[in-house]
Amino acid sequence: MPELKGWKDIPIGGLIVEAGNAVEYMTGGWRAFRPVRDATKCIHCLMCWVFCPDSSIMIQDSQMAGFDLDHCKGCGICAAQCPTQCIEMVEEGRIED
Amino acid sequence: MREYLAIDGNTAIATAMRQINPDVVAAYPITPQTSTVQTFSQFVADGLVDTEFVTVESEHSAMSACVGAAAAGARVMTATSSAGLALMWEIVYVAASNRLPIVMLVVNRALSAPINIHCDHSDSMGARDAGWIQIFSENPQESYDNMIQAVRIAEHPDVLLPVMVCHDGFITSHGLERVEIFDEGEVRDFIGTYKPQMPTLLDIDNPVTYGPLDFYDYYYEHKRQQVEAMRHAKPVIIEVGREFGRKFGRSYSLFETHCLEDAEVAIVVLSSTAGTTRVMVDRLRAQGLKVGLLKPRVFRPFPAQELVEALSHVKAIGVMDRSISFGSMNNAGPLFLELCAALKIYGGDMPIVDYVFGLGGRDIVPSQIEQVAHELLKIAETGERGEVVRYLGVRE
Ligand code: SF4
Ligand code: SF4
Repeated sequence: MPELKGWKDIPIGGLIVEAGNAVEYMTGGWRAFRPVRDATKCIHCLMCWVFCPDSSIMIQDSQMAGFDLDHCKGCGICAAQCPTQCIEMVEEGRIED
Repeated sequence: MREYLAIDGNTAIATAMRQINPDVVAAYPITPQTSTVQTFSQFVADGLVDTEFVTVESEHSAMSACVGAAAAGARVMTATSSAGLALMWEIVYVAASNRLPIVMLVVNRALSAPINIHCDHSDSMGARDAGWIQIFSENPQESYDNMIQAVRIAEHPDVLLPVMVCHDGFITSHGLERVEIFDEGEVRDFIGTYKPQMPTLLDIDNPVTYGPLDFYDYYYEHKRQQVEAMRHAKPVIIEVGREFGRKFGRSYSLFETHCLEDAEVAIVVLSSTAGTTRVMVDRLRAQGLKVGLLKPRVFRPFPAQELVEALSHVKAIGVMDRSISFGSMNNAGPLFLELCAALKIYGGDMPIVDYVFGLGGRDIVPSQIEQVAHELLKIAETGERGEVVRYLGVRE
């Protein structure tokens, strides 16, 4: 999370005047359940990428490459959409980092 | 060329709008505001303005269209009354919070129920905490003058808040009076070309988002900014009123007084009733009674300290409220409540009482103002306040 600014240092009216700065907002902090993928079952259809509301599916060379956990808010849509059911939503407290 | 016309308040406002030539007007008709936008739509049809006139299916949509147009960089105006303002409610707050300098005529009319089309101030008083500047006009001339000044106040870079210009339903909106209409070029010189102070939605080189989600981490800061804008509004209103006076010959400030300097008692009242009160003050003065009038022009921002200073010498104050804040202290009216708070903070321990009057268009007659004056003189003499809230003209 970037340092919070005072009222004199932000645009008035709640305006966002910088394009694409939602990336600085770490919605990952909201997450209670984390998507965990079994890569061996993933067929790289990218349905998860299509449906993720937070653009948190990372892609490399046209392949599903993991989750952007700074922004993934744990909604579980990817897990519900995945045709091979290779994504499991795991409670954050149970994850051993 | 300046001219004098016999017109009502709504026509005076429509004429000001024609001269201002706003980019967008979005409005829905409601009695007694209707003739304003009806007259203005004729100006649009006749090609006298360049305005995009957006007809909508409700006031909620009217204010939504105004917000969208203002965010796109347009100079925007609208008008409403009573239930129309109530239906706009959600977006009235949005307009102020998004800091869009929209100017809206509110023709003051009672709120339902029972349904009533006549004047009281419950509509705009209900919106007093919405973040809009509120200017009350006594007569068609003031409505016209205020509408022109409102554009400058709203668009001032230190302010950027929407402005409500209010006048009394039917009494001012439909009462014919002599109104001085300025030269169109002079009006346009005074208001200047609109230059939006913030990036606008149609500026593709500077992309901007209006109205995004704002949580516990920034919402509070944005509200604090609105407070600052309201603080700035006061000197801007005074300066614009002075400049208006230099250019057009009638100066305006936060409030107006009549025979107040040496008065023993003061009557504080908004809008058209101040006219009746002024006449009565003159008659009572002729009898040697030291009665004065204070007519607030600006209710938001409330000129608390200035009002207290102007009233500091009187021995009793009678506030006249054309609306009730139900359940408030003694079920008083908003003007009384604000003035009581101001006296507590800025010093003034004279007795003060509230007179509720004129609800739903109930007539207020000179003899009632006279009654108020005599009751105040008695309070001043005895030092006994008596009933805090009194009801003028209600049948027991
Ligand atoms: S939807 Fe499932 S199978 Fe398809 S790419 Fe995403 S994780 Fe892999
Ligand atoms: S859990 Fe939701 S936010 Fe996170 S990657 Fe899946 S779809 Fe995106």
